[in-house]
Amino acid sequence: MAVKQYIEAIHDALQEEMARDERVFVLGEDVGVRGGVFRVTAGLIEQFGEYRVLDFPLTESAIVGVAIGAAAAGMIPVAEIQFADFILPAVNQIISEAAKFRYRSNNDWNCPIVIRAPYGGGIHGALYHSQSMEALFTHVPGLKIVTPSTPEDAKGLLVSAIRDPDPVLFFEHKKLYRSIRGEVPEGEYSTPIGKAAVRREGDDITVITYGLGVHLALDAASHLEKEGISTHILDLRTLRPLDEQAILEAARKTGKVLIVHEDNKVCGVGAEVSAIIAEHALFDLDAPVRRLAGPEVPAMPFSPTLEKAYMLNTDKVAQEMRALAKF
Amino acid sequence: MPDVKMPQLGESVTEGTIGKWLKNVGDKVSKYEPLVEVMTDKVNAEVPSDFEGTLTEILVQEGETVKVGTVLCRIAEAGEQSDAQSANAAAPSAHPTEPQTPSAPRPASARSRFSPAVLRLAEEHNIDLSTISGTGEGGRITRKDVLAAIEAGKHGTSEPAEGTPASVSASASAQNDRAAAPAASRGEAAPPSVHTEAGQSSEDVEVLEPSPIRKTIARRMVESKHNAPHAWTMVEADVSELVAFRQRVKADFKRKEGVDLTYLPFFIKAVVEALKQYPMLNASWVDDKIHVHKRINISIAVATDDALVVPVIHNADRLSIAGLAHAVNELAAKARSGRLSLQDVQGGTFTVNNTGAFGSILSQPIINAPQAAILSVESIVKRAVVVNDAIAVRSMVNLCLSLDHRLLDGWVAGQFLKAVKERLQSFGNDTVLF
Repeated sequence: MAVKQYIEAIHDALQEEMARDERVFVLGEDVGVRGGVFRVTAGLIEQFGEYRVLDFPLTESAIVGVAIGAAAAGMIPVAEIQFADFILPAVNQIISEAAKFRYRSNNDWNCPIVIRAPYGGGIHGALYHSQSMEALFTHVPGLKIVTPSTPEDAKGLLVSAIRDPDPVLFFEHKKLYRSIRGEVPEGEYSTPIGKAAVRREGDDITVITYGLGVHLALDAASHLEKEGISTHILDLRTLRPLDEQAILEAARKTGKVLIVHEDNKVCGVGAEVSAIIAEHALFDLDAPVRRLAGPEVPAMPFSPTLEKAYMLNTDKVAQEMRALAKF
Repeated sequence: MPDVKMPQLGESVTEGTIGKWLKNVGDKVSKYEPLVEVMTDKVNAEVPSDFEGTLTEILVQEGETVKVGTVLCRIAEAGEQSDAQSANAAAPSAHPTEPQTPSAPRPASARSRFSPAVLRLAEEHNIDLSTISGTGEGGRITRKDVLAAIEAGKHGTSEPAEGTPASVSASASAQNDRAAAPAASRGEAAPPSVHTEAGQSSEDVEVLEPSPIRKTIARRMVESKHNAPHAWTMVEADVSELVAFRQRVKADFKRKEGVDLTYLPFFIKAVVEALKQYPMLNASWVDDKIHVHKRINISIAVATDDALVVPVIHNADRLSIAGLAHAVNELAAKARSGRLSLQDVQGGTFTVNNTGAFGSILSQPIINAPQAAILSVESIVKRAVVVNDAIAVRSMVNLCLSLDHRLLDGWVAGQFLKAVKERLQSFGNDTVLF
């Protein structure tokens, strides 16, 4: 297996799927000549030409709207929203059109689009380049939301997303792009959507998280291991549909659950995970479910000090884990 | 509604016992006004309010021992209640505010509050939860405690949780329960050292719950006797000159300085100078290493009504006799009124014990661990002694030294005592007080 960066894994998935199926094409701002602001689509226009790698004007509603239309015409579009923050002008297309396509047409039509969007902070992106958007969309039936945390999953889940017959939002934590490396299997493979992954086995506390949170939790867990606290970590990977079985198994493993995400707490993914546990695993709980999430402020601040205060880090996660273990 | 929590009253202090609530539920409280008295291993303190408002709820009752950080009471801040009542009428805040999320419940004593997982496991495995020691917060029995008990039961252990290493870290209330248990059993079966008729009923014995400070004294004394092999030696010193000198200057001293000139500062002065000469007495045996202290901090034993405290005169070698007199006076006053701060009781390197104050002429003090030695200064008494082959009436004092034989031997202890004695005997008309 080759060790690759998270961003390389995404690039490889796009390249291999485009090579495998000529209906697959990418569209978005600066994805062509520039190769993407983060260089995810670098080299694709040279390999596949400008008809399969479309540079778009700054109109996210058009990027998604055109993708939906192309999908209806038999294509498999992978739209890139340059930063997840910019997805909002396309929300009408995503929620009112793409998500309802199959339902509205009584199963005559489907909408096999993928919308990729880098999200999350910690890269000095300030208000409009740092937001976490996943909770806005996890509420919507008809959408699938994917947030890989490792290079292997990034590639495998993007392949699954492209092959999925319905709309998939593919959120990539931009802090992971170049900071995370991992082994990626050789050859063609895919990772199933809707399946969570146990990242670490433990029996004192359970941490349920996704994206960047997985790495913070793993880091914190290795510190806590030295203090005699054994941590079980579940990486959700898919936020809709949630892997309820895996969540309940992880919760029952220790009876003490901490949910971690960078997105703010109120009505976030953690709220849903916590409700699932409350509904189905009450008699296995040994402590109130805890959530560690970003603060309830409108956006990621620009000031480095405040950005640091906003972001989760290993210490914050470890502190919550300790408190839960102590309970 | 803000919580008032058990403060951390010192680095090594992990729990405190509620002494007396100075405010009742419903009382108005000003900011910084004392709410409650707290007793810890080391000091007694008052917990002030950080808020102005009304005391709405007391969560920990008098006598309960809780960990640092436990919520003691809740205070409705001034104006909070009226805001709540008119919440519907009030205009919504223009700012998105962080919602008031209740923190995870942390009951003061969580021993009798069980999680669903604990109840279910106990029921399924027929476990009596009252037999399990909780290792969770506030003594809470955790799911793992029950699992350990189930596991222990399978292996045929009769007392499940007691044998697990986890019970060592059991919380405050659990420890209290255990501490109380042997006391109660002593009450029923009289201790062998007391001569009692067989079949004595428990009514003949009053069982007292010792105060935290009493428990600490008990624990430390046992530890010291257990860890440090005590050796003991005594010398006598002729302090007739010192007695005469003090008699001459004490009235003047009191007038000038405002404090009594007792013998103790002279003894401390002599000890400090002798410690300078024999630094091995100013040392500690710690983890098979000898720590020789560069500062000389003299612990002085001060008896209060119900306990013994040992406040510390820091850097005693830098004080004159008058300075020592002031320091002793101040610490004694603080100790008797319970105002000693943590700083006042920490860092001692050698203890001087003024047993003469209550008329003792011979004592075998227990070392104030981890110090190397403790010196008892006995009563100064007039005795017939032989001076220059004639019998004379002199003021004599016995100096008793208990020493940790791990790092000190009789010879160095003897040298040290000799140095103290020589200095005491040299005090007289030429002595400089300031």
